[in-house]
This record gives sequence, C-alpha cells and structure tokens, in this order.
Amino acid sequence: MTVNSLQKSKAPRWFERVFTPSHNIQTVPAQWQWSVWLIAAIVLLPIIAVLWLTFFPEENIWPHLLDTVLPNYLSSTLLLMLGVGLLSSWIGISTAWVSTMYDFPGRRIFEWALLLPFAVPAYVIAYVYTDMLEYSGWVQTGLRGLFGWESARDYWFPHIRSLGGAILMLSLVLYPYIFMMVRATFIEQSASLRDAARTLGCNRREVFWRVSLPTARPALAVGLALVLMETLNDFGTVDYFAVRTLTAGIYDVWMNMGNIGGAAQIASVMMIFILVLIGFERYSRRRQKQFSRGDSFKTFQRVRLKGRKALACWLICALPLLLGFIVPVAALFRHAVVYFEDSWTTDFFHMSWNSFMLSSIAAICTIILGLILAYGNRLVKRGSVQKAVRLAGLGYAMPGAVLAVGVIMPLAAFDNAVDHLAREWLGVSTGLLLSGTLFAIIFAYIVRFLAVASGSIESSLEKVTPSMDMAARSLGYSTAEILRKVHLPMIKPGVLTAALVVFVDCMKELPATLVLRPFNFDTLATHVYQYASDEMLEASALAALVIVLVGIVPVILLSRSIIASRNEMVSVKPDSD
Amino acid sequence: MSQAHALKKAIAGLVLVAGSTVAVSVQAANEINIYSDRQAFLMQPILDAFTKETGIKVNVVFAKKGIIERLKNEGANSPADLLLTSNVSNLSRAVDAGVTQSVNDKTINSNVPAQYRDPNGQWFGLTTRARVIYASKTRVKEGEFQRYEDLADPKFKGRICTRKGGDTYNIALIASMIAAHGEAGAKSWLEGVKANLAQKPQGNDRAQVKAVKEGVCDIAIGNTYYYGHMLANEEQRAWAESVNIVYPNQADRGAHVNISGMALTKAAPHRAEALQLMRFLTENKAQKIYAEENYEFPIKAGVSASKLVAHWGDFKADKVSLAEVDKYRKQAAKLVNEVGFDN
Repeated sequence: MTVNSLQKSKAPRWFERVFTPSHNIQTVPAQWQWSVWLIAAIVLLPIIAVLWLTFFPEENIWPHLLDTVLPNYLSSTLLLMLGVGLLSSWIGISTAWVSTMYDFPGRRIFEWALLLPFAVPAYVIAYVYTDMLEYSGWVQTGLRGLFGWESARDYWFPHIRSLGGAILMLSLVLYPYIFMMVRATFIEQSASLRDAARTLGCNRREVFWRVSLPTARPALAVGLALVLMETLNDFGTVDYFAVRTLTAGIYDVWMNMGNIGGAAQIASVMMIFILVLIGFERYSRRRQKQFSRGDSFKTFQRVRLKGRKALACWLICALPLLLGFIVPVAALFRHAVVYFEDSWTTDFFHMSWNSFMLSSIAAICTIILGLILAYGNRLVKRGSVQKAVRLAGLGYAMPGAVLAVGVIMPLAAFDNAVDHLAREWLGVSTGLLLSGTLFAIIFAYIVRFLAVASGSIESSLEKVTPSMDMAARSLGYSTAEILRKVHLPMIKPGVLTAALVVFVDCMKELPATLVLRPFNFDTLATHVYQYASDEMLEASALAALVIVLVGIVPVILLSRSIIASRNEMVSVKPDSD
Repeated sequence: MSQAHALKKAIAGLVLVAGSTVAVSVQAANEINIYSDRQAFLMQPILDAFTKETGIKVNVVFAKKGIIERLKNEGANSPADLLLTSNVSNLSRAVDAGVTQSVNDKTINSNVPAQYRDPNGQWFGLTTRARVIYASKTRVKEGEFQRYEDLADPKFKGRICTRKGGDTYNIALIASMIAAHGEAGAKSWLEGVKANLAQKPQGNDRAQVKAVKEGVCDIAIGNTYYYGHMLANEEQRAWAESVNIVYPNQADRGAHVNISGMALTKAAPHRAEALQLMRFLTENKAQKIYAEENYEFPIKAGVSASKLVAHWGDFKADKVSLAEVDKYRKQAAKLVNEVGFDN
C-alpha cells in the first residue's frame, strides 16, 4: 500500500492506471487481519472471565473433585461421546448415501425431511421417550397386560434413563449435522471421480469405501465435531437420565456446593475436550484440498431401485425420521391439544415473537462475523490469524449457564466503569447499559455459536479454488468485492446452511437465555423450561411444539432451495448392478 | 477503499443492531424488580394481589442458575430489589456473595419465627415444607419406619428411592444429620442409605413416589408439597394414593424442615417499595395464597394451611435453626461426593 501511494504521487493518473495494477494481487489489506483479531478479542472476553474464575476461585475445591467425582464425570463423558459419535455417524452417513445415490419411493421427501429431527430439542425427545418407555408408559403397561406381570420385579426391560438411553436420544436429534454436511459433499463430489473408480473395477460398495467416504472426510469431521460439542454441552438429557457427565458435574458443583470456581474448573476441563475436537477436525482436513471447477457439477446419474433394495433404503431413511421427529412431535401434539386452552394466550404470541426475533438477529450477526473470520483466514495465511479464528470458536465449548456468567462479568464491568466515569465527569448515573438487555443475550448467542457459522463457511470456502481469487484480483476486484461478487454466490448454500443451524440453535438455547434476560421477558424455550424443570412438560407442550415447528420452517425452506439447485445436476438411471 | 467500506458497513450494521436492542433503563418509581429461582407461575398470583392492592408494578426474572452471579457482577447498579428463592441454601449463598442487606422490620420479625430467618436479618422464610418419608401402603408396615436414621438400616436394603444426593433438598437434609450426629455419624449414615438404594438416584421427588407405586422400591424421600401436587393431578393421583406420609423423628428432634424465602438485595433501588412487598408476603393474605398455591405450610403462626395440607396432620418440626443447619451445607455436599452417592 505504501508502494502504491508513493507511485501515486509520482506518476500521472493515466500512467498509473495503465501500468500499475491497482494493487498487488498477493497483497491483503490489513483490515482483514485487524477485523479477525478484533472479533476474536471480543468473543474471547467471556472465556477469559471463566478462566479467571478457574484459576482464582474463592475456595479451591479442585483437589476434592479430583479425589471424588471427577474420574466418574470423565469416564461417563467419554462413553457418551463415543456412543453418540458412532451412532449419529452411522445414521448420518447411511441416510446421506442412499438418498444421494439411489432413487426410491419417498426419496424426494427424505432429502429434506431427514433434517427435521434437528429442530427437536434433546430434552424434549428425552422427556417424550421416558414418558413412553418407562414403567408406567404405554409400552410396558401393554407388555404387562399381555404377559400378566405385576410389578417391575417380574421382568426385565431396558432402562431408558441410562447412558444407553442418552446416547440414543442425542444421536436421534444430532445426526442431521452429519447428514447435512456429508450429503452436500456426496453431491458436490465430482461424478467423474466415481466414474473413474467404476471403470477401474470398483463395485458400488468399493466406490463408497474407497472414494466417496474418504473424500467426504472433511465434511464428516466438521459434522462430527459439531455433534460431539453439542453432546458435551447437553445438560437437559443427561440430567434427566442421571448420567454423570462433566456438564452435569458443573451444575452439581455450582448449585449444590455453591462453588462457581469449581464449576469453572470443570468447564475448563471441557474446553480441553473441545480443543482436542477442533484439533481433530483440523487434522483430518489437513492438506486436503479438493477444488471443484465451476462446471464440475456434471450431471451424475442416480440409480433407481425397486423391490427389496428400495424397501431397505426406505427403511434406512424412515427409521431415524420416525424416531427422531414423528414420534416426539406426535406426543407433543397430543399434550398440546389437551392443554390448548391454558396455553393459547397473548403471552404465548409474545414469547413466540421474542424467540423468533432474538434468533434471527443473532443468526444474522453471527453469519456476518463468521464470514469475516472465515474469509479473513483464507486471505491472511498467517498463523496468528488462524489461531485467532480457532480461539473465537471456543465459546461453543462452554456450557450455556457458565458462558452466561462469563458474559455477565465483562458486560457488568463495562457498565459499571461507564457509570463510574459518567458520575465523576458529568454527575449523572448511566446505570447498567448492556447488562440485563437483549444485547447481553445476543452477545452470548454469538459467542456460543460463532464456531458453527465460521466452521461451515470455511469448509464451503475451501472448495472454491484459489485460482478464482487470483483471476478476480487480476481483473481488478478488491478482496471485499471478491467476497461479495465471486465467493458469496458460490458458497450461498453453505452460508444459508450455517444461518439455519445458528437460527435453530438459538431458538433452542436455554441456560444462557434464562440467566441473561431482561425483566418479564420470556422466550418459548424459557417458558417450556419452567414447566419441564418440574417434570410437567405437558403443560407447556404447545410452546415446545412451536419451537419445533418454527425450527422446521427454515429447515424445509433452506434445504429445499439447496436441493433444488443441486437436483438439476442429477439424472436417474435404472439399476444395473 | 472498497473492502474497508464493506467492512465498515458490516460493523455499522452490527452496532445498529446492538444499539436497537439496548433498552435504556428508565427507573420508574412505582415498581419493584425481582430475581427469582422459583418458577414465575408459582409467584404470580401473590404478586398480582400485591399490585392490585398497592398499584406497584412487579417485574420478575426467573432463572434457576446464575442469578446470584448476575447480582454480584451488576453490583451497586443492579436493578434488582428482591431475591426470592425456593430453598435456604440459595439465600445463604447470596449472603456469602455479599449481595443482600439486612432488614430489621417489626412486622416481618414478628411474622417469621426466629428459627426460619437469618439472625442478622439478611434473609427470611416465607413458607415451610417438611422432608418426609413416603412409605408404600402395602409393603411397609405401620411403625416399621420412624426415623431418618432408619434409612440406613439394612432391613431396608434395596427398598429406598431418592433424587440425587447432590440435590439442594437432600443436601439440607444431610446437613441436618451433621447437625444432629456430627460429620462422621452423618457419613456412615449416608453410606448406609446408599447401600439401601433400589436404583441410582434420579428424577425429582415426585418420580420417587411414582417408583414406589410401580414397585421399584417401598420407601421414597420427598418434600411434603409434592403430595398435594400429585393429588391435584389426575394422572398422578394414583401414585400419591399408593403411599402414606410418615413424619420422621416425631419421638425425638422432629422432622427436617426447609423454607422458601426472600432477601433484600444490597443495591435495592426501590428499597421502600421492596420492604412493603416483603411485609406483604409475610402477612395473612399472601401467606394464605402462597401456601395454597404450592401446598406448603404458611410460615406465620395462626395462618391455617389449605384444607388438603391440614388433612395430613400436625407434626413436630426440628427445632434447630435453619441458619445453623446451613453452616454444614458445604460439608454435606462434600460427603455426597466422598460416598459416591450419585455414582
């Protein structure tokens, strides 16, 4: 830049236009670097606050925890992650594969419907299945009637409130992360790769294992990392099922031992877990650069299946949809009808609006910041920027309530400092400017979900070949123009997906919303929680149902538009295997 | 430069959004702000009655976790006047965090027995409930169970259900055992209870009674008001009807009692109005509504409990002050971990 300005002063304007490029195509304006650092610094504030509590607790309970409960927390957390990781990958990959490669009755519906369980909060599904499968549920009652058993001591039935139950519940609502990411890759993978493998003698199974799955690894890693982070962070389900994970431990230490320092210490252990996960995601994406040319979405042919094979594919897709969406929604619907008159009030509309508004604003802000992070990282190939981007994602590792305390600390400190200055200089009190306002909640959402946005935008950007940037730069586009005019149109599906994920996540977010909200302010999630926390979810089933339904509107709209843009590239041929 | 321009636009947009969400807090004189860890729907009828009587508007934030941290960090500028909690330990945590102030009010002091308020006036009880034993009508003989100490008796092996040991209500019960038997005595008792459990501790108090009904266990530990809630619920009435309420330790120190309560915050910008509400909450009218709403016992002597609650009979409550019991709260929580009660 200094070189440019020097030249400017010497040469006449026409000379400069003709003979000097307006900027070197390798030079990256410093703004990008600053922006990345600035964003990272701001979203890191709550995390620094939690680390502060970790290292300077009022009463150090760490030795006691290490001696007593921590090993137990760690082992159940690892088992839960392992179980959910395996099961959700299995569901996500199998459904993505058959719905991409084969044509069978219902496939068009499954393509988007398989995303629906994503809109169901884990605590809701846990509640519904407990209601159904526990002793007094209709399943066991029916079995007792059938076989004449009289009490729980007469027969064995798997306990839904167990580690296994928690794995099943979480996998059922989290697999869409993997389905979504992996499926996008399966479609984008250039068909020529698979064709080449076929001509080299691979059958379809071998193509899957040796070509498609390995090339889908980056997407799988992103999806899996998201699934595992959500698992780590889940409180509702593990609490309800009495599975003693680190998150459950945080609340025990905090609420019952009254020790926020100890809670922050466990939260920091969790952060280490997340750092390992992020490292794993990075590692599996290392040196993996597959670029698709703009035209490589060459028509590929989908195999039409009939008879038993079609039925098998249908079942693979129908089962997760049935268990993860239809059953819980039907149960909620039944309760909502029973309690309809109590629930259908003006308060209810306020809450719905609050949820929608907060989530939309948070999603838009998060996406904008995520874009700056991801694109800045692409432009500035420097370690420090990369690290800043990674660090900015750490908020995802924080359990919501602990994060909320982390948000309160810097905001309140800022408010009180401003108030102090105003009193001193102007003689007026400004009170609390940010604490206890919607800003606090939106800030918390951004900190919490920024990793979701920047992660998936980054993985979309990675697929755009750098030669595009170079071409655009040499034709005189600035870096910002490239983002707007070249990259955004190409990665639009990825950005929309990210926006959708953040929106739905915000709709469901509970603990941070509870702690940070202003007076007399309810969202659907906080309303549901009031009742669910007392094991009376039925009474708020309508609100829970709306969380799910509002959640699926963008799921359907966006996934349909993504599919529409892709299906043009796919044709169908009869099964020849 | 256009990239700088685009960035500026993005940032300006964010700032705009931020600005529009920041509500400049105007401190109206005629209102009170409450942070509560009790569900708002339990409090609303009384607060409505207060507003109707005085014209003072009451604003509430309900959160189970984090309100004390919020109060602490907001400091002197906190808008909150009053803290309402569902148990004594959150009140004393608030005192420990230095976010409350002492109140010395004649009406309140005479309405709330000394046993159920802080000696320094930092917090006050509003309602009481006993932690009792729900015994199966069919599988537990009358008189078979009499004292909390019996929970550790090997004759009840595999017959006891409870929510998590780390839960606030159980912590308070364990703290009362420490008060009665010392730490070592309480620890061996807790080990005995653990050995008698029919299943891993889970669910809330209601779920334990349900487990008795289902034959998973014979004896459940629970707060009294859950009995009323279950009777009022069509689906759950059968659970409640399968058990008898046993008030423990009637021949010696009495049953362990916990409170819901209130504390005036240190910042309290509307101190006078808040005091007015605090008085109101301890008086007959509010006491009656509050106790009936949640099937609890009114804390003020002479206010009768609801018909249903009165029907469960009189009982002898432990005379030890809650402030004393609460001193053992942290020790109790550590015992739970040492014994591995919830593992």
